[in-house]
Amino acid sequence: MKRVYVNEEWCLGCHLCEYNCAFANSGMKNMAMALKDQAIFPRIHVEGDDKITFAVSCRHCSDPICVKSCIAGAISKQNGVVKINREKCVGCLTCVLVCPYGALAPGKDGAMQKCELCLENACGSPACVAGCPNNAIVYEERGNEK
Amino acid sequence: MRRYVIIGNGTAAVGCVEGIRSVDKTGEITIISEENHAVYSRPLISYYLEGKTDLERMKYRGDSFYADNGCKVLFGKRAALLDAEKKQVVLDDQTTLPYDKVCVAAGSRPFVPPFEGLETVENKFSFMTLDDALALEKALNERSKVLIVGAGLIGLKCAEGICGRVKSITVCDLADRVLSSILDFDCAAVAQKHLEENGIRFLLGDTAVRFEGNRACMKSGKVEEFDVLVLAVGVRANTELVKNAGGEVNRGIAVNPKMETSLPDVFAAGDCTEGYDSSLGANRVLAILPNAYLQGQTAGGNMAGGNVAFENAIPMNSIGFFGFHIMSAGTYDGERIEERTEKAIKRFFVKDGFLKGFILLGETERAGIYTSLIREKTPLDTVNFDLMKKVASNLIYSQEKRRKKFGDVV
Repeated sequence: MKRVYVNEEWCLGCHLCEYNCAFANSGMKNMAMALKDQAIFPRIHVEGDDKITFAVSCRHCSDPICVKSCIAGAISKQNGVVKINREKCVGCLTCVLVCPYGALAPGKDGAMQKCELCLENACGSPACVAGCPNNAIVYEERGNEK
Repeated sequence: MRRYVIIGNGTAAVGCVEGIRSVDKTGEITIISEENHAVYSRPLISYYLEGKTDLERMKYRGDSFYADNGCKVLFGKRAALLDAEKKQVVLDDQTTLPYDKVCVAAGSRPFVPPFEGLETVENKFSFMTLDDALALEKALNERSKVLIVGAGLIGLKCAEGICGRVKSITVCDLADRVLSSILDFDCAAVAQKHLEENGIRFLLGDTAVRFEGNRACMKSGKVEEFDVLVLAVGVRANTELVKNAGGEVNRGIAVNPKMETSLPDVFAAGDCTEGYDSSLGANRVLAILPNAYLQGQTAGGNMAGGNVAFENAIPMNSIGFFGFHIMSAGTYDGERIEERTEKAIKRFFVKDGFLKGFILLGETERAGIYTSLIREKTPLDTVNFDLMKKVASNLIYSQEKRRKKFGDVV
């Protein structure tokens, strides 16, 4: 299945992926209205220092430990995509404690959120990738797994 | 067709069902459920009382879980006897269930010390099951003075859950600190202060020794008055079925990494077991939900003829009180290395070049990066340890390792 992969040597550290993510998941039609003067809670984040930067989002692991660790049964894997039912989440952060990639964080309301590849929002495919100016993140099929 | 029996209907049982079905789609699965509820998220009972969830959202799996997985569930039944020779389970109503493979996922029960006069207390509760929470809920009102015996994870989550519904909460514990199973003394003091700021009162190093109706006579000689008593002293693994069948039992049912007990075709998973803690290098009871699922899934896979082992279990807890988060993992063994800021404490325990454990207070972002260093036994000389102490980041890894993590299917 297609996932988001990182080419860190191409990352400019511009953080556009974070803004595109927050906008894509805002459900709003106007980016300025959605993001201007707001604290944003993107599901991808840029890590790094003054030499190297890269974007981190859910790996949609083959054997996701967050799914097995969620005390609310709120995280599941459906058709290869690791999803969270935010209605069930109580914000205990156990998923944060177990995710080896640091890919989950709370949203504005305290319930956890994570990358679900924009498959169910208006974008239909990852907005972070579509908006990356330098192909530092790509959305493609890799490896042998179906 | 193989016949599987699962004793218990909690998280480990769900893991077991899903483990079996990953290998065997057709075998007959029978689940023995003492509680008259479909599987629910037990750690959520305090959130239920707090109003952060409800009975519908507490369902650990969807309504069609049992049907989808071809499971027959016997609600309100208790396994009275495990006969490993005849390969059958006898229920309390004398029904006999023959099996080819059985998984004991019987959980644990509250430990209630023999308090003198406990029978004179009218409103007393444990805090473990949904029915416990529902019964407690009925007894509470805005005038309630609640005494909780036990300042561990269960007692304190209970305190947080009911805080908005009652007049006062006092928590006592014989230990000298709160959360003594996961926090050392000064980290516990920080947590305690936070709880006190939210109205919880503590009597530590002191506990009830005798009850006279609504009065608790404390070890110190003090007398505490209350109208609702919650007993959260501790839990004991339900090991009796395996013990009486002649299986090896310590504080929990002894299992190997395949979740086999010492009895043939008898597996065990979850809070009733004592499994291998890879951070400690020895067996211990790891009564946490992720472990229950993973053990159950491992047991199920092997029961159905697969060959899977669960070898990197460690203790780990993420717990929050009134918005203040605490995380802990592994074993507090080796050199203690601390990073402190105004708002946060991070304590790492390092031995022989490996991260063995940690405690995080107040700052928990991306803590799974730390947990994975323990679980995967990553040599610390391959990561940027100075950076790691300060912030959990994937920048601590070499570029090559990062390429694998973010460029390959994982």
